[in-house]
Amino acid sequence: MNRLELAQVGHGYLGRKVLEGIDLCISGAEVVALVGPSGSGKSTLIHVASGLLEPSHGVVRRHYDRHAMVFQEPRLLPWATARDNIGYPLRVRGVGRTARRARVADAARQAAFDPADLGKYPAELSGGMRQRVAIARALAVNPDFIYFDEPFTALDVALKQRMQDVVIEAAAAARFAALFVTHDLNEATRMAHRIVVLDAHGRGIAGARTVPGRPGARDERSVFEWVQHFVHDDPLFGHVHDVDERAWT
Amino acid sequence: MAFILDRLGRAGRFVWSAWSGVAALCLLAAIWQVGHEAYGDFILPAPLATLQAAWHVLGEEATWDLILLTAGRALQGFAAAGLAGGLLGLSAGYSPATLRLTRPLVTVILGVPPIAWIVLAMIWFGSSDGTVAVTILLAATPVVFVGVAEGVMSRDRGLDAMAKAFGAGPWKRLTTLSLRHVATHLFPALVLALGIAFKVAVMAELLANLGGIGGELARSRANLDVAQALAWILIAVAALIAVEYGVVHPVRAEFERWRAAAQPWGVRR
Repeated sequence: MNRLELAQVGHGYLGRKVLEGIDLCISGAEVVALVGPSGSGKSTLIHVASGLLEPSHGVVRRHYDRHAMVFQEPRLLPWATARDNIGYPLRVRGVGRTARRARVADAARQAAFDPADLGKYPAELSGGMRQRVAIARALAVNPDFIYFDEPFTALDVALKQRMQDVVIEAAAAARFAALFVTHDLNEATRMAHRIVVLDAHGRGIAGARTVPGRPGARDERSVFEWVQHFVHDDPLFGHVHDVDERAWT
Repeated sequence: MAFILDRLGRAGRFVWSAWSGVAALCLLAAIWQVGHEAYGDFILPAPLATLQAAWHVLGEEATWDLILLTAGRALQGFAAAGLAGGLLGLSAGYSPATLRLTRPLVTVILGVPPIAWIVLAMIWFGSSDGTVAVTILLAATPVVFVGVAEGVMSRDRGLDAMAKAFGAGPWKRLTTLSLRHVATHLFPALVLALGIAFKVAVMAELLANLGGIGGELARSRANLDVAQALAWILIAVAALIAVEYGVVHPVRAEFERWRAAAQPWGVRR
């Protein structure tokens, strides 16, 4: 069973503590949304969890075979076609060219990326298509855990919803667990089984709420009502929309 | 099939773009002709007369041996400089301490004129191929070094993190990301280094009396034969252009296909 465990994890930059005492556990095919105000250390947390940063305290236990990551920017190789970009993690793993081609076509289909555009370079693709390539790249390795670091922040509302649906469908089909960082409560409520709120100053997890129903099965109206409920009635979400930007106070 | 057609199309555009180059050369020839008419045959022979002289020189069998000798020396030094500059640049790009140590050295080496290196190399190695190779190595390595080091330093850290997230180790990241990025900085440096290699090779041959194109130039000077000297200059430049457009540019075009894709319609170099 795939499982990610963070126990008393902390991290700091140049002696300044950004995160402290984080306990989190994600397993099975659960999608967990991590929300928190801007500057609360969400990005640092996902970087520590995925192994891009070493935690300065605590332990991260990763009990899964392969993980993948989708970043805020698509982070595509500008000199490679969409096909080669999607196949890049497979190339890193030493998968042969023919096997790669089949996997790439499959992943592109899962991310609803038009196969006719596979030969194009990132510069020839629109912002939404580039992010689709990034999602297809993550799906190409058949991961059992995916990290999403605010992947749709730069997209407009309509495109954002389509991309969310792409991820929800892929998660239902491939049954991977995911940690999804976002500052958009509507996005968190649509996509996740569970919403985890980070403390405004990165001191531990402030709390968690399980969203009723299954992602993809919730209608827009109930998502809207839940978001309203969270924002107006639930003290846990009181600080989520605060802007701090980690000011030196 | 589409692959071959794409290549053919790009090669066709490349050849077609030569017209603008020919136009520029014709302009140069026109100015040259004006100079000839103002100063006369002895100071500056006419471009057509020079072309005829060059044609005549090229007709002799020994000429090709001389060209091959000079080109061989230049390419030898160029390859050594490319290798040394590339490896040093890579290590300096990855290690800021090395870069800080080598930057002043590069400035010193670049500051010494190539002619001084020739004198030193002649004393150390005598009149041999070693003199030419060492002089080219010293004159061209810093150019490649700076290009590669800048390339490594300006790499996209976001892509590095992406590759790391997908499990790429340092070696994989170097071969699949950094080297590819460095290539875009490397090619302009290589073009410059190639020009330096040819110029220094001819200069070293002239001064060290080593034969080749430089040796022929020395003989023309001794005979005060301006037409002959200009003919040899023409041949040296033509050899450089042949290598640059025959080897360096096609390789570069292959590496930078994605840039052409990013250009808007109708804008072609």
